[in-house]
Amino acid sequence: MKKWFMLTLVGKDRSGIVARITRALYEGECNLGEASMVRLGGNFTVMLMVQFAGNEQAMNDLIEPTCRSFNLHHHVDPIEGELLHHKDPDVRITVYGADRSGIVAEAAGALAEKGFNILNLESDVGGTAEHPIYIMTIEGIAEQGIEVLEEALQKLAQEKGLETQLEPIDTLIG
Amino acid sequence: MAVLDILVYPDPRLKLVSKPVTQFDEPLRNFILDLEETMRAGPGGVGIAAPQVGRLQRIVIVDVSCKPKIRHHGRLVLINPEILSREGSAVGREGCLSVPEYTGNVARAKFITLRAQNEFGESQEYQMERYEARAVQHELDHLDGLLLLDRLVSRRDLFRRQTQEAAAPKPKES
Repeated sequence: MKKWFMLTLVGKDRSGIVARITRALYEGECNLGEASMVRLGGNFTVMLMVQFAGNEQAMNDLIEPTCRSFNLHHHVDPIEGELLHHKDPDVRITVYGADRSGIVAEAAGALAEKGFNILNLESDVGGTAEHPIYIMTIEGIAEQGIEVLEEALQKLAQEKGLETQLEPIDTLIG
Repeated sequence: MAVLDILVYPDPRLKLVSKPVTQFDEPLRNFILDLEETMRAGPGGVGIAAPQVGRLQRIVIVDVSCKPKIRHHGRLVLINPEILSREGSAVGREGCLSVPEYTGNVARAKFITLRAQNEFGESQEYQMERYEARAVQHELDHLDGLLLLDRLVSRRDLFRRQTQEAAAPKPKES
């Protein structure tokens, strides 16, 4: 029986990484699940659900040649593959400001305290080299309601000098 | 009355263009009752289009009156609908009875003017906004063989769109 693994890959971004890795997995009789692949600060990063009949070592062996040729670090973890049980976010939050250390910890901490469950977080550093800005978009579930999150974000904006926005997500089913 | 079977992608019929209704008779009105019952049988459905039950005719039903604090026209039967004008753009999250276990972000016009016939063939014009306008645009897409999957906005576009919108002058409230 095939089991699920989470494959993590990191390396300097080059074209062809996705094509070569997924080809090796396909030829090794793997099936792919959900994935997040993104370029972060010049590195290409992959988090990929892989269904495979062998064990961790066999999967490592399968991707080793490709990883060596692209100079990618890789890591394989056995996981429970929970497909088709999506959680839908009900709030989208944006936090941005002049870049400095601590923004994510402050924002995530304030929101977690008010029952916010993060499903997806993306952040970028933009602006100029002299004045970088940090921009973070978070989607998640307001388990204690939206009002307490709005208060937490207002406090964050006042005390930490960040710009914050909260937008409810009312998913339309048609 | 009966709850009809809903076609689920990848059923190829969901990608076909539906034909205009020419006969406004009793069988049409009976079908509309069934279509409405089908829409209301699912959890949280605010709209349905005839091709979603395999009838390739330009008929949709929209009813967003269950949502609090929004402007809407109540239960609407829209036959041979036509969007006469569009204004503004907003990204919102959508799901679809024909695409289970998936929701995605889609950009739609914020304000539309719509002309459609009712189940007796009478033509009417509507000014619609935001959530109701989104529901109508989602359902009208079905009549042209388009799903929310054909209109996804990438997560990274979201912040850019939000900030552009904040900077743009707001359209007048009608």
